[in-house]
Amino acid sequence: MIIKIAAAAVGTVAFALLFRTPSKYYLHCGIIGGMGFALYYVLNEYTFFSPTESTFFAMLLVSLVSRFCAVWEKCPVTVFLISGLLPLVPGAGIYWTAYYLVTGQTALAKDSGFEAIKITVAIVLGIVMVFELPQKLFRGRRKRKEA
Amino acid sequence: MDSEKEAKKPDTERILNIAIEAGHILLENGAEIFRVEETMERIAGYYGVDEKEFYVLSNGIFATGKSFAGVRQISVSSGARLDKIVAVNQLSREIAEGFYTPSEAEEKLRQIRDMRDKRHIMQILASGVGSAGFSILFGGSFKDAGVALAAGIILYVYVLYISGPHLSKIPGNIFGSSVVTLICIICYRIGLGDSLSHMIIGAIIPLIPGVEFTNGVRDIAYGDYLSGFIRLLDAILVFVSIAIGVGVVFLIYRHAFGGTII
Repeated sequence: MIIKIAAAAVGTVAFALLFRTPSKYYLHCGIIGGMGFALYYVLNEYTFFSPTESTFFAMLLVSLVSRFCAVWEKCPVTVFLISGLLPLVPGAGIYWTAYYLVTGQTALAKDSGFEAIKITVAIVLGIVMVFELPQKLFRGRRKRKEA
Repeated sequence: MDSEKEAKKPDTERILNIAIEAGHILLENGAEIFRVEETMERIAGYYGVDEKEFYVLSNGIFATGKSFAGVRQISVSSGARLDKIVAVNQLSREIAEGFYTPSEAEEKLRQIRDMRDKRHIMQILASGVGSAGFSILFGGSFKDAGVALAAGIILYVYVLYISGPHLSKIPGNIFGSSVVTLICIICYRIGLGDSLSHMIIGAIIPLIPGVEFTNGVRDIAYGDYLSGFIRLLDAILVFVSIAIGVGVVFLIYRHAFGGTII
């Protein structure tokens, strides 16, 4: 499990580089990616939450931390959000859908395709919910933490 | 009185062109619509251009001012440069704090446009490392990660030198994921790696349109439905292209050698 979380963090940093994130933010991106995946993994493996629900909660965490980092570093939140959410994207879902489709296992293809869509919707909801929160909330927290 | 006022008035055309240029750089490199509009407003506002109206779409900027109208067409972003977004964002804040004259701002924007890119070798290595990481994350073994590393590296060489400059989005991604699948199948057949699926899943991740997808969602969340859907459509096209690329190679394999692979 630790290895997987570390892999998520390293993978996130690698993709942060591909998106040309300025190098001073690599650490932030790695931590956000690792945290998001860690929460997803724990919820999915050790609790009754389904993959979709786990993704939703992990995405809430990723969006929240990204917004805090954006305020702290005074830079666009996109920088942290894009690489941070990558470990949650249903890349495997796309693969399995394609695989089952061409091997003629239509029922399985439908299942994995639908699962991928559900996870995508969970990611969308996670982002939208957190970005509905007023910006003031994040500024306020920042001052308290600095004090 | 009137002429005095006129002399103090800012050069609307010049200022709006600076704002448009800043917006262009942001949009081109994958910034959200509201950020582009906000930045343009901020720049024009600081330099005292009050009669202005901006309308930004995911592939175009429309700006009007007093006796000025500017339109820029911008192709749907391929390859984000977040460093440029950060730089323009920083610049617009500094402009609003009064650090730059218009000509200095123009010069700064020119510098940002020509900002040096990461070296190709770094990008290629990052793609490999990222693929290996994601292979493990989805449940692959270290051997699988090794193959994903190699496939990710080859994939990015293809992206940088073949699909990027020569191919459009859909065929580029279909061939890209085909190349990955082919490499992984070959490695799997000669006995490298434990699980074909985990190698392929890891190695196709560099093609995933994370920027377009995230921005599409955020544009929709901010009410920019049209731009949001354009970006989401872009992301979905890439997702489907990746799936087609993987599927086609599996199909060919099945017809050539019979039976399923895994």
